[in-house]
Amino acid sequence: MKRRTFLIGSAAVTGGVMLGGYRLLRPKGNPLLPILEEGQFALTPYVIVDGSGVSVVAPRAEMGQGIHSTLAALVAEELDVTLEDVRVIHGPASNVYANHIAFPPTQNRRAFLEEEIKTRLGAPENPTQLTGGQSSIQDAFVKMRTAGASARHMLVEAAAREFGAEPSILSTTGGAVVHPDGRTIPYTALAEAAATVDPPDDPPLKPQEEWTLLGRSQPRVDMVGKCTGTAEYSIDMRLPGMLYAAVRRNPHLGARMTSFDDSRARSMRGVRDVIGLDDGIIVVASNTWYAMMAAREVDCSWESAPYPASTEEHLAALSDAVRRGEGPRWRDDGDVDRALEDSSVIVEEEYHVPYLAHATMEPLNALAWLRQGRLDIWAGNQNPTAAQFVGAQLTGLPIDAVHVHTTYMGGGFGRRLEMDFVASAIRAAMALPGTPIQATWPREEDIRHDSYRPTAVGRFRGAISNGRPAAIDLTVSSPALHSSASRRNEYLPRGDVRDTPDKFSVTGVMDQPYRIDHYRVTAAPGQRLLPVGWWRSVGESQNTFFMESAIDEMAHAAGGDPLEMRRSLLDHAPSRTVLDTVAEMSGWSTPLPEGRARGVAYALSSGAATAQVVEVSRSDDGIRVERCWIAVDVGIALDPRNIEAQVTSAVLFGICSAIHGEITVEDGRVVQSNYDDYPLIRMVQAPRIDVHVHESGGEIYGVGESGTPTAAPALGNAIFAATGQRIRRLPFGRSVTIL
Amino acid sequence: MSQRPDASFALRINGASFEVTADGRMPLLWVLRDELGLVGTKYGCGIGQCGACTVLIDDTPVRSCALPVSQAEGEIVTIEGIGGPDDPHPVQAAWIEHQVAQCGYCQSGQIMQACALLARREDPTDQDIDQAMSGNLCRCGAYGRIRAAIKTAGARLTDAEPSP
Repeated sequence: MKRRTFLIGSAAVTGGVMLGGYRLLRPKGNPLLPILEEGQFALTPYVIVDGSGVSVVAPRAEMGQGIHSTLAALVAEELDVTLEDVRVIHGPASNVYANHIAFPPTQNRRAFLEEEIKTRLGAPENPTQLTGGQSSIQDAFVKMRTAGASARHMLVEAAAREFGAEPSILSTTGGAVVHPDGRTIPYTALAEAAATVDPPDDPPLKPQEEWTLLGRSQPRVDMVGKCTGTAEYSIDMRLPGMLYAAVRRNPHLGARMTSFDDSRARSMRGVRDVIGLDDGIIVVASNTWYAMMAAREVDCSWESAPYPASTEEHLAALSDAVRRGEGPRWRDDGDVDRALEDSSVIVEEEYHVPYLAHATMEPLNALAWLRQGRLDIWAGNQNPTAAQFVGAQLTGLPIDAVHVHTTYMGGGFGRRLEMDFVASAIRAAMALPGTPIQATWPREEDIRHDSYRPTAVGRFRGAISNGRPAAIDLTVSSPALHSSASRRNEYLPRGDVRDTPDKFSVTGVMDQPYRIDHYRVTAAPGQRLLPVGWWRSVGESQNTFFMESAIDEMAHAAGGDPLEMRRSLLDHAPSRTVLDTVAEMSGWSTPLPEGRARGVAYALSSGAATAQVVEVSRSDDGIRVERCWIAVDVGIALDPRNIEAQVTSAVLFGICSAIHGEITVEDGRVVQSNYDDYPLIRMVQAPRIDVHVHESGGEIYGVGESGTPTAAPALGNAIFAATGQRIRRLPFGRSVTIL
Repeated sequence: MSQRPDASFALRINGASFEVTADGRMPLLWVLRDELGLVGTKYGCGIGQCGACTVLIDDTPVRSCALPVSQAEGEIVTIEGIGGPDDPHPVQAAWIEHQVAQCGYCQSGQIMQACALLARREDPTDQDIDQAMSGNLCRCGAYGRIRAAIKTAGARLTDAEPSP
């Protein structure tokens, strides 16, 4: 199975953007060197040692998934230190920290040369320090252990010189190098000498059976801060003399502001400035609340929306497209048309899903400070190199003059891959040079200006022969994600702004290992509707719902048990294992009392096998989601307790949206604006969730998303089993009362 | 001019006294965060829907985003006031033990809400917990661990009391 890649196409030259002075032959050095303080030494770009201890750079967004702890554990394992003994920092923005799963290294010689030339001309590289697509662990699994092993090698070499001994007789433990005669030298005393040792490219790594940290649950490095209110999110950054800003933009997404009158706002308490932008305003004040109050009082004239005015029109456009059935075939096994003709039992249905907002708990915000040819940005963000790029682009400063400080984030889920909220702060800082300005999007702006999970329509025709699915023909349609994203984000590879369907349109339907001889997937031409983006599990979030509802309908039509039917269509060992596991966990073969029912769904999610059973109860009052059982293949489990937390989180994220997540459009505006009309699941509604972590060995898989795709279809299939009602439009709460 | 004359408010927060000059309609949340630098209390929704801004006033949980500073009378306690990294409150300690937080942004509010619940009832039932905690959203879905941590903290508080 191919690994998911975030960007489609080659890493082409973005073209034309030149920022500040040219610097020939800029070496790709250690990005830590410019930020080291007196007495600090960098051993690789991932390890800093000074007199007080060891710091590990964990260069991925910590948005709740515990990545800082696991990345640090990979390094600490090889360094023979405990997690409690290291300080973990995010570190600076740099393509040295590229995510090589999301951006595979260039194999193509021509593309490689283009990149080299661009770098040497001083043009910004494509920003590749990305967190998303549950790719961090796959990217880091060897890389971060190698960094730890390299740093350890450098420390041992330095100690060997000190001892006058062969490095091979020395060992390491507890943050010190140990001589067989009992003498020890702590790493802190070796840092300076170690920094002069050449790091090896390919140091040997500990075999798995010698791991002492990895494979065991570790206390998260961010836990104490987050439980004492001392963890710093970008919204918490405070600098002397700073001001606070609130953002308000055209409610017609992507349209401009034609004029504004800020005279009333400017007279309000605390207001220092009102900044007009192409598509809205930013009010700067002495307090965020003053800024928010004044932003409401600016009279703005808005251009109208560049897309159809209502949700029903959006869905109708997608529905028309899938009914035409035209578009590129992303999979075409066997002879689907023939198999459909030959079958006496055909199931044909259409499924609809809505736009969804990310609704992170921390509203979008960033702090920017422009002074003396330097821009500093504090932002919880999922691509600091993109933030740096945008900073340079907007200010005209050279890229090296833009310093990005990536803080903890109160949720990301893909929303903080976008740079619109970072741009808000930079715009405000540019209007008031010398003053740090924290720009916050009020919750209402956050919900109404999202890059939404695409609304989508999926239509399938299934043929049953001899009691089993013989053919499946799926056509899907949604706004094209990559085109939408590249219109907003200039640093993304261009090339396609024609709204052609991309891989995100079909992941989850085209890549499933079901042994169905005639299997066709068509992506209908994309549409330009609301801006759409990456939302936890991306294309799988809608497509697994389409696929697994279709499989369930076919199992029902064939008169088979839905779990056994799936199992019989899979000869992929981890897939069978996860299905067998959830069958056992949920007591699948044990009949339930009246009013209770179960549903199942399966998915190969980013290459990893996942299966989920949801149990519901039915009463006169409605449907209640009682329990979820999920088994996920992680390949190798590095931190079982954190994996359990992530999978649980992802399941609830999927259930939450499935029961009442829906963004709608009226008069070109997003209707929902806050948690009263875009409700999230609450404790009283949350089902108990049991997670089984399967380790198939070999490849390692991330877990930040893999619980989400199966949640909606398993719940829908359970509702069908409970009521006989097949609900083909999400959220389920539109059709039944969900308690 | 829509400005009103400056008004001064005397607040008791975490055992200390503060004097704040502000528009009396300013919610307590923004006084804490932007005037006093007490940023442990979070802005989530501004309309009392998510609970991220929960503080205690005279032991009662209050959504500070919806309480004008002019009405903030009594002993205010924020997350900073119950314990810190070196001396966590028993509820915070239970949260750490159960590794509750993911993104962590809602947890100040969750913890303050849980403190209020446990002050009222040290051995809450699941229904008590559901009722007390369902006004606090957690987008990461850490509800199971929040529930477990409340029970652990409750058991500790019960054990810590001298026998009658």
